Amino acid sequence: MLEAILVMAFGAVVLGAALGYAAVRFRVEGDPLVEKIDAILPQTQCGQCGFPGCKPYAQAIAKGEAEINQCPPGGEEGIHKLADLLGREFKPLSAEHGIEKPKSVAFIDEQTCIGCTLCIQACPVDAISGAAKQMHTIIADECTGCELCLPPCPVDCISMVPIAEDLPHWKWKHPVIMLKEVP
Amino acid sequence: MSRTLHTFKGGVHPPEHKAESNARPVHAAPLPRKLVIPLRQHIGNPAKPVVSVGERVLKGQLIGAADGYISAAVHASSSGTITAIGPALVPHASGLPDDCITIETDGLDEWITRTPLDYRALDPSELRMRLRDLGLAGLGGAAFPSAVKLDPGARHDCPTLILNGGECEPWITCDDVLMRQHADDILQGVAVMRHLLGSTEVIVGIEDNKPEAIAAMQAAAAKMDFATEVVAVPTIYPAGGAKQMVQTLTGKEVPSGKLSTDIGIQVFNVGTAYALARAVHRGEPLISRLVTVTGHVLRPQNVEALIGTPMQALIDVAGDRDGTTGVLMGGPMMGVPITNTGVPVIKATNCVLVKSRELFPPLPRALPCIRCTRCADACPAELQPQELFRFAKAGDFGRAQEYHLFDCIECGCCSYVCPSHIPLVDFYRYAKSEIWAREKEKRASDLARERHDFRQFRLEREKKEKAEKLAAKAKVKRAELAAAPAAEGAAAPSDADAKKALIAAALARAQAKKAEVAPKNVDHLPPEAQREIEEIEARRAKIREIAHQPLETDDKK
Amino acid sequence: MPSPFILDRTSVTQVMAWVLAALLPGIAVYVWLFGPGILITLTLATATALAAEAAMLKMRGYPAKPFLTDLSAIVTAWLLALSLPALAPWWLIVTGTLFAIVVAKHLYGGLGQNIFNPAMVGYAVLIVSFPVQMTQWPGPLSLTDAPLTLAQSASVIFGGIPQATLDAVTMATPLDALRTGLLQQYTVDEIMTQPIFGYYGGIGFEWLAGAFLLGGLLLWALRIISWQVPLAFLAGIWLAAGFLHFFDAGRFGAPWFHLFSPAVMLGAFFIATDPVSGATTPRGKLVFGFGAGLLTIIIRTWGGYPDGVAFAILLMNLSVPLIDAWTQPRIYGEARRRDKEPPA
Repeated sequence: MLEAILVMAFGAVVLGAALGYAAVRFRVEGDPLVEKIDAILPQTQCGQCGFPGCKPYAQAIAKGEAEINQCPPGGEEGIHKLADLLGREFKPLSAEHGIEKPKSVAFIDEQTCIGCTLCIQACPVDAISGAAKQMHTIIADECTGCELCLPPCPVDCISMVPIAEDLPHWKWKHPVIMLKEVP
Repeated sequence: MSRTLHTFKGGVHPPEHKAESNARPVHAAPLPRKLVIPLRQHIGNPAKPVVSVGERVLKGQLIGAADGYISAAVHASSSGTITAIGPALVPHASGLPDDCITIETDGLDEWITRTPLDYRALDPSELRMRLRDLGLAGLGGAAFPSAVKLDPGARHDCPTLILNGGECEPWITCDDVLMRQHADDILQGVAVMRHLLGSTEVIVGIEDNKPEAIAAMQAAAAKMDFATEVVAVPTIYPAGGAKQMVQTLTGKEVPSGKLSTDIGIQVFNVGTAYALARAVHRGEPLISRLVTVTGHVLRPQNVEALIGTPMQALIDVAGDRDGTTGVLMGGPMMGVPITNTGVPVIKATNCVLVKSRELFPPLPRALPCIRCTRCADACPAELQPQELFRFAKAGDFGRAQEYHLFDCIECGCCSYVCPSHIPLVDFYRYAKSEIWAREKEKRASDLARERHDFRQFRLEREKKEKAEKLAAKAKVKRAELAAAPAAEGAAAPSDADAKKALIAAALARAQAKKAEVAPKNVDHLPPEAQREIEEIEARRAKIREIAHQPLETDDKK
Repeated sequence: MPSPFILDRTSVTQVMAWVLAALLPGIAVYVWLFGPGILITLTLATATALAAEAAMLKMRGYPAKPFLTDLSAIVTAWLLALSLPALAPWWLIVTGTLFAIVVAKHLYGGLGQNIFNPAMVGYAVLIVSFPVQMTQWPGPLSLTDAPLTLAQSASVIFGGIPQATLDAVTMATPLDALRTGLLQQYTVDEIMTQPIFGYYGGIGFEWLAGAFLLGGLLLWALRIISWQVPLAFLAGIWLAAGFLHFFDAGRFGAPWFHLFSPAVMLGAFFIATDPVSGATTPRGKLVFGFGAGLLTIIIRTWGGYPDGVAFAILLMNLSVPLIDAWTQPRIYGEARRRDKEPPA
């Protein structure tokens, strides 16, 4: 009886010491979870999730205040990655936050643009260049396709153009090997 | 031949099919009426067009300038008129169009003035720039800009220069024929390479199934003023792969993720050396190359083809036959399927291989992997193809990279030996391009994050600056107001009084301003004009409303 | 379809056909030594396996033809049949084969997906469930008075002959005899004087083992199996048995005796070399084979069953992912370990 107690007590002390050592030795600085979540989010900064940007959404997920399925640009793949990271169940994209669309960039019709600068103020990544009464242009390489510039435009001169597959962007497709019979 | 040869692991022995095409004499392909010259024929940045539609160009004239360090120029392959600059079909696995310059030839084949380069007199970096502007790119298949490869770097020179005459792909014989006919010129090119790289040792590796080429190169080497070792290497696919050639000849391995120059070795294809000799000694840019036309044609042979010639023209030279089931650019192991035979010959086109059912029976249906590891035995990169396949198929790209996906040279040995007939290389290509795409996406999202953070910071700063400015202004005003009554000798006003005075002053100012800007020509207008003004005002209000909408929704959130 | 556009001629069917061909010498010796009953067992197992395979393919929505003609089901059936006692009752054969094909193969995803060798799963299930029937081996013909004809064997297998008659022809296998003898405190030398023992292994059994060795060498010569697995397996057996025998020859059988049991040769060349459930890296194959050999002797010596080949191979199947992960080979251009060391 005494032996058993001693053995268990010894075990507890050793394991406790090991855990304590590990806690000190492998301590992580800061809150890396928000960063990790933020790294998965597409950084479109579109606000479709209901938060004013990707970082605030990441913080909300980390705090457990938001679901992982509110990011349409991240799509199913993004939800899967978040589910893996957080050990949560996968959920299909929440319809009220939007639908997954092919990646697009904004395009300004230069004939119609009146140079009102409203879109410039709306762009979350400063990807529109121009000045008052000057024609505006989208810097396509920096446009995230968030569509936030569409509603402020008083003359509806901005449209979303899906990124066409051209040679430098072409990808090898997943090979099709037919094992099963097609029903 | 005293050199001890080394063997690389793996490799396969597919039927060679060299005899079909290497016996016939070489002819120049007829001048086509239309030349389509892609701007992206090499690895790196595509060339930038420097001509415009309607312009007349001469043979050898620069039409696309090199853009950046890793790039190469493109030239008009014959004289004629530019008829189009824009997307056209190119030989690429995707079948997608790419930017090209189209020339309507005038049949005169009129050259620009060519000036040979005195390579010994030129500064090496100047010489390299000239070669880049002459459009030199590797002719072995990858088309890497040669000028970049001829730079030994600041730190070291490149003691060993290997000339690759392996040509291990079945069917292809253009290097074989080139070595038989132009061995002297090839070595002239090697002399320039030696000069630029500072090499002390020159080795020519040729597969031992090309005895005529070996003899020709040996005879030519004997005439040169530098020592060149012509070595017959065992015939085994892919002995002509650069890394495999390095290992066979020197016993050294190119470190994973590094270049052969890191171990003091540079490898060039024999065709590149020939093109280099023509560029330096005759001032000719790279506008033509030897192409093997073989397979299901009447007269398999090698033709000297201008860059931009439609492949169908070469097939016609060799004799088109019925029962063609497809055309490949390159050999059967690594070639690219061509969906339209109108696509042009480019610098990387070493072979046009016409398929038929007899020569290339349809591949049998794939079965599941049984992990027999024949692929691992055949892999010259010593990878575990069965594991890479598993990871690539499952989309586990991280693990695929851990298992050295990017050391795969896509030689096709694994697919060739697979008893389950799985298109393994396809899976690796898929995984590689997915990983690249993801890295690109990652960079884009990092950029977006950075720019968004900066914007937040900027807005914050602007707000703060505005507040500070206002505060400073207010302070000055308050001091003024406080000073004025004091000067008049009145009782010192309280802070609240000062504020009140401030607001009153501002109000007065605003009212004065309003009176000022109120239009003075709207008092006595006809009703139509009045209505028009109202309508305009309404539209303005609506626009203002729309403009405010995002802010409101933001507030709601 | 991108490159390559040509293929070597080998196919899964061809590989499996060679494995079946390499089993033929063993089957011939089996018939010669133990009578023609094994042919009935093989036929029954083959028929069951093909029927089960076809049914499973249909249920899982796969085309029957390419998968039935890959012959993998027949290989499983033959390996299982050759592991069963000659003259095993028909239901034992059918149950074992069904379990191997349906559960061990198709429920894991079919060809190429099974983590355990199907034949050995079938065998293990049978020996755990029906230990009595699984240890009733007929003695070699040279030791029995009246060899059974094909018809008589059929009657035995399909239950037409009462148990008593079967008892007349069955006797303890050499491994059983060794185990029983050791339990009864005899020394190995004393046990070896029983008539069932021959030069190295059991009388007859050693010839069967030799025939399997011959077939295995054929497979190796054709490069269908690698040398690593069989060699390491046999080395594991020889070293472990030799080690024990060296310290106490009275209590542990000689290494040659263990090596020349048919199960070991069959296991080394035909079962442990199953690519699907085995290790894939060269060093991994050595570890896999050696581990299986070692475990075989451990189970034979201290385990509850007379033979341990099946359990040893199943246990090693279980550790394949770990072995593979730990034995990834150096690739072309990767620094060798000695190169990594800093210069002194």
